[in-house]
Amino acid sequence: MFHRILALVVKEFLAIFRDKRSRLTVVVPPLVQLMVFSYAATYDLERVPYAVYNEDPGAFSRSLTARLDGSPNFRKVAEITREAEIAPLVDGREALLVVHIDRRFSRDILSGEPGRVQVILDGRNSNTAMVALNYVRAIVMAESRELVRTGRAAGFPAVLETRAWYNPNLESRWFIVPGILGVITLLVTLITTALSVAREREQGTFDQLLVTPLRPVEILIGKSIPGCIIGLVEGTACLLVAALWFQVPLRGNLFMLYTGLALFLLSAVGVGLLISSLSVTQQQGLLGVFLFMVPAVILSGFTTPIGNMPVPVQHLTRLNPVRYFMVVLRGVFLEDAPASVFFAQFWPMALIAAATLTLAGWLFRHRIN
Amino acid sequence: MTVHRGGTAVRPRRRSIGMRRLRGMIRKEFLQIVRDPRSIAIAFLLPAFLLLLHGYGVSLDADNVPLAFVAESPSAEATSLSAAFAGSPYFEVRKYRAMQDAVAALTTHQVDGIVRVREDFAGIADPDGSDRPPRPIQVILNGVDANTARLVSGYAEGVWSLWLADQARQAGREIQPPLELVSRIWYNSEMRSRNFLVPGLIAVNMTLIGALLTAMVMAREWERGTMEALMVTPVSMFEILLGKLIPYFIMGMGGMALSVVMAVGVFAVPLRGSLWLLVLAASVFLLVSLGIGLFISIIARNQFVAGQVAIIVTFLPAFLLSGYIFDIASMPRPVQIITHAIAARYFIAILQSSFLAGDVWAVVGPNLAALSFMAVFFLALCGVKSKKRLD
Repeated sequence: MFHRILALVVKEFLAIFRDKRSRLTVVVPPLVQLMVFSYAATYDLERVPYAVYNEDPGAFSRSLTARLDGSPNFRKVAEITREAEIAPLVDGREALLVVHIDRRFSRDILSGEPGRVQVILDGRNSNTAMVALNYVRAIVMAESRELVRTGRAAGFPAVLETRAWYNPNLESRWFIVPGILGVITLLVTLITTALSVAREREQGTFDQLLVTPLRPVEILIGKSIPGCIIGLVEGTACLLVAALWFQVPLRGNLFMLYTGLALFLLSAVGVGLLISSLSVTQQQGLLGVFLFMVPAVILSGFTTPIGNMPVPVQHLTRLNPVRYFMVVLRGVFLEDAPASVFFAQFWPMALIAAATLTLAGWLFRHRIN
Repeated sequence: MTVHRGGTAVRPRRRSIGMRRLRGMIRKEFLQIVRDPRSIAIAFLLPAFLLLLHGYGVSLDADNVPLAFVAESPSAEATSLSAAFAGSPYFEVRKYRAMQDAVAALTTHQVDGIVRVREDFAGIADPDGSDRPPRPIQVILNGVDANTARLVSGYAEGVWSLWLADQARQAGREIQPPLELVSRIWYNSEMRSRNFLVPGLIAVNMTLIGALLTAMVMAREWERGTMEALMVTPVSMFEILLGKLIPYFIMGMGGMALSVVMAVGVFAVPLRGSLWLLVLAASVFLLVSLGIGLFISIIARNQFVAGQVAIIVTFLPAFLLSGYIFDIASMPRPVQIITHAIAARYFIAILQSSFLAGDVWAVVGPNLAALSFMAVFFLALCGVKSKKRLD
């Protein structure tokens, strides 16, 4: 039995790696994508283009604008003198925000009134606007503290001391890069498995495979192993790049990570083979991959949190293996989460893997056209 | 026209597009589409399905964030602060007496943050205590999802400052911050993330569907040997390409129209720009994405590879490098250069402006020009690469 499976595995690897174009598509793009996406995917903003509309002749506004100028997060694109100049700058996306300092700003502060700073933001991407507003708020807060310290204003009786655990500087790259590992592993596994049975069916070689001494279980195992091995290799490569190149802290237990990866790969292979055995032509196979992969990535908590989704959609995500793997990845990379968190992710992935693989194996036999 | 020259290189005697032959080709494609109604489903139902699923699924607006509130010794002030957090639509408060229980809840993902006040919190609003040093309210957030943590921290600050002003007012004083930040968000004043995510999704979905529709059509003809059959007919290569493009273009525009109707009707995204401009941008974008699919199909000549390439080059780049969710201007310079090759980038810029701001020519002009260039480029490339040849 073992050497029969081995022969099938060798055949599958040959099918993937014999063709030069196919070889390239499996190896090169995922690694390039990992690098490019990891650099690209961050919610943090840099060089936010802004304009200053300062009507105040006093010293306090100069101190505030100097603080903005000195921040690495901001890049001044214009200093304007009329209100009418605001709209074209924001409309044309030259400035993401305009800081407007009122004529009475310094006078108000001297007389004990709050100095008013107005910010006009381009809300077309409301998340970017919100992040930029938070940056401005931090600068205004720092300036407020300075005013309190120099005795220009009264302090508060209580202050918020906010700390973020696991990610003290709130770098969103630490959140996204482990997620990219999951998405790329999914992608590679799906493209190596999902079209494989469909291609054999279309070319008629699947019937030949069925009349060999190989039993359906053996075909299933033989078809699964290449996807798992490739996924394992790409996953490890991604892991190394994330930890060594992007310096994402790897705080937790690698055993948990690899257990999670193995279960995730099995469920991805299961879904891939299920799609493959359901489709008669490769075009249907491709369609199936898209139909599964796109929602699986978008509704996995990879970029937008599951907690923000409406409750019915949240329940739907329970069918999605990527969702669980995201928790495992972040739990190992950043949190060093307790074992109970990991086990809560392991069993649903195991269940999905068992269900999809069984169904795919059954369909091998019962769907001969 | 380059496309034309490429198409007729083998048989230079035919210089114009024969309408009759073209009609025949289109008829053949339509017949193929109708016989396999799945591609109709791809064109019409898939955009609607994806938009519905993702439109509800993607949101960056955190509400009902589970929050642990720890008051180590109960006091009236602690109770009123906890009530202030509970009253905010952003938080769902769970009370704990001991810090270690709250920490356990945080590490096991039951709560996303902890607010903790200490014993000295009582009497915080005493009018005569104003010269004491400020008492800290500790806020601990799960920072793994940095973006959400940052939003939550902003919400917490909002609750805190309102509560503080309220306490002071009850004690008969006025608390004024030294500086006051007033923000006005243009185009999306209620800060609904769906307003920009849903138009972006239209571009992401249509990138997929464009490529999906055409990625295999040429490869399939090659693989099945029907390409040779087509070649011996008087149909020119250019006519073959057009015959493949036109039916899918019509179906793709149908899907696009359905998406726009749903964005406005179901997800209540305002459409402030003019419809004709949106239609123009959408059709140029669709040409690019069909062109890319066709190009993959011509180059790969093998459905297996064409399918793999289509998966790799369409979805994730359109999702992550297009400005759909991540700000392009904040990416490192080399990555920004790469994003210029992503058609969805230009379409999303136009969509976000068209839906939320109106016809802003400073945005639409350059992006539409870039899309048109890409359309011409890819369609010309298809023409050049698909000369009638046997090998």
